[in-house]
This record gives sequence, structure tokens and C-alpha cells, in this order.
Amino acid sequence: MIEPKDVEYVAWLARLDVSEEEKEKFTRQLGQVLEHAEKIKSLDTEDVDPTSHAIPLKNVMREDETGPCLSQEEALSGAPRTQGGYFVVPRII
Amino acid sequence: MSGLEVVIGLEIHAELKTLSKMFCSCDASFGGEPNSRTCPVCLGLPGVLPVLNRKAVELATRLALALHCDIAPYSIFHRKNYFYPDMPKNFQISQYDLPLGIGGYLDLEMEEGRVRVGITRVHLEEDTGKTVHASESGRIHDSEYSLEDFNRAGVPLLEIVTEPDIRTPIQARMFMQELKSIMEHLEVSDCKMEEGSLRCDANVSLRPQGSPQLGVKAEVKNMNSFRALYRALDYEIMRQGDLLASGGEVVQETRHWDADSGVTTPLRTKEYAYDYRYFPEPDLVPLQLDLSFIDGVRAGLPELPSQRRSRLQEDLGLPEHDAGLLTSSKALADFFEAAVDAGAEPKAASNWMMGELSAHLNAHNIEISEVPITPAQLAAMIALIDKGVISGKIAKSVFEAMLASGNDAETIVKEKGITQISDEEELVRHIEEAIRENPASVEDYRKGKEKALGFLVGQVMRKTKGRANPQLVNELLRRSLEGEG
Repeated sequence: MIEPKDVEYVAWLARLDVSEEEKEKFTRQLGQVLEHAEKIKSLDTEDVDPTSHAIPLKNVMREDETGPCLSQEEALSGAPRTQGGYFVVPRII
Repeated sequence: MSGLEVVIGLEIHAELKTLSKMFCSCDASFGGEPNSRTCPVCLGLPGVLPVLNRKAVELATRLALALHCDIAPYSIFHRKNYFYPDMPKNFQISQYDLPLGIGGYLDLEMEEGRVRVGITRVHLEEDTGKTVHASESGRIHDSEYSLEDFNRAGVPLLEIVTEPDIRTPIQARMFMQELKSIMEHLEVSDCKMEEGSLRCDANVSLRPQGSPQLGVKAEVKNMNSFRALYRALDYEIMRQGDLLASGGEVVQETRHWDADSGVTTPLRTKEYAYDYRYFPEPDLVPLQLDLSFIDGVRAGLPELPSQRRSRLQEDLGLPEHDAGLLTSSKALADFFEAAVDAGAEPKAASNWMMGELSAHLNAHNIEISEVPITPAQLAAMIALIDKGVISGKIAKSVFEAMLASGNDAETIVKEKGITQISDEEELVRHIEEAIRENPASVEDYRKGKEKALGFLVGQVMRKTKGRANPQLVNELLRRSLEGEG
């Protein structure tokens, strides 16, 4: 039910390079994951509310107050390339 | 174009007026040195936890209520996954199937009658960073790389989506103006289109008149002003109309408005670029707004532009047209009401604001907040006209000088010695001179040509450099002509 081209597509969406070998392996492994999901789907969930979160918390909010930020230097410290206080990224247009 | 109906829906983004960002405490204000307002949360560094800004929720609820939306009793955040350099996390936290507000509307008072535009949804999300295109030559297309400033990344953003209920570019522009004024009155957003705190995209399609089905749409982006919105829609409708008329088909795509060349051009095809793989944001717990919170926000809603418009008409006697224009911006309406509070006659204040003041704002491309005079100064100037110290004509040059210097009308009048001449003796001297110099006109008037009187009044005005009180000149001139007759 899952084919190598699906793996290719998902990998492309995630900007991942996968080798031919990996493609084979992930096709098999992802297939197993989906199979497992199918198995779960066969359960009767008529009276079960859909869950988006595992912990019973809601409305966790903070007040609108400003706090310290990173300095420009700190913010840029992990960047492979910077210029004049900016992150340099590949051209996008 | 005949037999075709235009269908427009808008998607609007407004930055919320909060002090801090949506999920962290970084300063959310516009500008700043690049990358000086970031932290591990808004930079998307590993191991951080976003926490929702209470004020952002309150502001979003405020707008949703003002737009007659239902507030969802339960809403959650999703991750919208895509890669773009202006998004440090490689996903945007947004709302998907459970937005904060649903099913509202906004009524527009148009020449063609009331137009009700449905509001599909109002939801919360976060803004992206700002991309600067760099190149040796300074031209975008030559650039080999881009520069990113993440100060804006994570600023609270409201998305408002309308139903495809808009039928003309004018309605679209009116919708945006009204929405902007509402957000200003609610103090939800600064709504500065030029700074990007208010942005608008449009879905445009055509269909045979009366058809229940929607035609293929194009999404138009990059409209940075009301004028751009109007022009871009006008162009896009024409483009699709021509295409269909010549037997072609509209392609579903995103198109970019170029204000310089006045055309829209395709950006990228939809089916290829969009696979966002939304899933619930595990780091943010659900939002379950209770009735007391919603009622509290509702009770705190201020007067909205439509209510203000009615009040200006009913209480101050303004014509509908004036009330509409003045309430198109909160700052304009506030200035007007302050002038009236300072004693100005409403219609006179409105005339000056819609005439000279608006012309000044347009000519200098500035906001009313940047004008150096106060509403009280406008009221004082109008009072000088009422008292007969200056004529309406002189007032125009006085007002110009006020706008340039910020000085009071009285100061300017004194400095320039341009008070109106209402001294009868002085006026009679000029009048006698005019009569002596223009016997032909005097003759004409005596023969019953009323027009000749106007000419003679003009001569007196000229002699006094426009400072004579015109009503008085008129009266005195008539008296001397008839007295001598």
C-alpha cells in the first residue's frame, strides 16, 4: 500500500536525501506503521472523543509582557553565513 | 464580460497590537536592528516550548465578535509545514480545522445598497521573518542569496477569510477600508499597509451570471494599498474576461500584482507547492474559552465605525457622505470629534477636514497623526471666520500656513496682517475708486445687468488683495450705486 514513490515524495517534502537502499527500507518500515494504524482503525471508537493532546491541560497562557532577547551576535552565532546582522540564505525568487 | 459574474473572496492578515510576540516574550514592535528581537522560541531552536499570549487571544476574540462570528468553545493550534527561509522553524503555528471565530459577516453600505460579506473564519497564527533580497547590482533577479531578519517572526497575526460574496473591486476596497477602521476602533491592529501590518490577498473568478458553481480562481497577492487592491482586481477581472471570451481557460494559480507595470503575473502553481501536512501542535494545549471570558470581551467592545457613523449623522447632523468619509479611519474621526468638542460647527469642521486637510495629507502622503496642528487649532480658525476676522478665502491660505508651521491661525493672521477689512470707511474708499474706474460696468448695472455688480466686487477685492469682507463690499457697493442713481 505504500510505494517507493510515496517515500520519495515525503522525503522531498521534508527536504531529505534518501539513498536507494534507504528508500527500500523506509518503504517497508512505513508500510508497517500504516498497517499498525489500520489495525487501530478497526477498533470501535464510537464513544471516544478525538484526542489532539495527551495531557488534560487547557488555556495555558502568558501575560503580554516583553522580556530579554538574544543579542544579534548570539542570534546569529549558529548561522553558517551572515551579513550585516542578517542570516544569509539561498536565493528564493 | 457580458453575462459573466465576478466573484471575489479576500484573505486578510493583520498583525495584532501586542507588546510581545505570540509564543515568546520578544518585543513585537515594528523595526529594530535586524535579528535583535529574537529568542530560542521564535528562532525555532531545539527544546523550546511556546506559550500562548493571552492578549493576542483577547484581541482576536474582540475582532471575531465585532464581525458577528461565533467564538469556538474549543479550538486548537496546528503546525503548517513548509520550507521557506523566512520561517525558522520550517513550520508555521496556525489554526486549521478548529479556528477561534467562525461564521460572521460585515455589512457594506454601497451605492447599490447594503452588501453583506460573509466571514468564513477568524484565526490566530504567527508572522514570518522579513526577507531582503541582496545582489551586487541591487536587482532582485540578479541576487545570488537573500538576507533574513527574524524580528517579525512570531509576531501575533490574525487571519480573516471572507466568503466569495464580493462582486466588484469597489466593494473589495470598501470591505478593506471598513475592516481597517473596525480594527482601529477596536485597537486590535495598527493596520499600516505600508509597514505590512495589514495585508490582503484576493481570490478572483468569473462565472456565468446565475450559475451556482464557482469558476476557476486565481489568487492575487502583493497588493500593498487600497489603490493597489482596486487596480489589481480590476486588471485580473479584465484578464480573465478576455481569456474566457477568446475561448481560453483560467488556470488555478497564484498571481503576483506588479504595481509599476499594472499587471498580475503567475507565481507558482498550486497543486505542486501546497502540501502542508497539518497536524495538531503538540506543544500548545487546547483553548477552551468560557462564556464569562467571551461575555467580558463583548461587554468591553467600543463604539464601532458603523455606530459612530450613525451618531455623527443623528447627533451632529452630518450628511451621510461626510460621516462615511470621516469614520473610514479612527484617527480622522477622533480629530473631527475633538474639533467639534473644541467648539467648531460640525459641518464646517467636516468641510475643512475633507477638503483642505485631506488634500494636504494626500499631497504629502502622510497620516493625520503627523499633522502639526491640533483639532482645537482647527476649531479656533473656524471661529475666526465666523467672527468675520478672516474671509473663507483668506482662511485657506491661513490654514495652509498652519499646516506648514503648526502655528495658531490668530498668530498667522497677525504676523501677515491679513485680517479681513470690515471697516466701512476704508471699503467705501476702494468702492468709489472702482466706480470711477469702471463707468461702463456701472452703466451696465444701472441698466439691470446683475453680472456687472460681481465684476465691481471683484475689482474691490483685488484692490484689497482679497482682504475685504465680500458680503460687506456687496452691500456697500449696491448702496453707493443705487444711492447715486
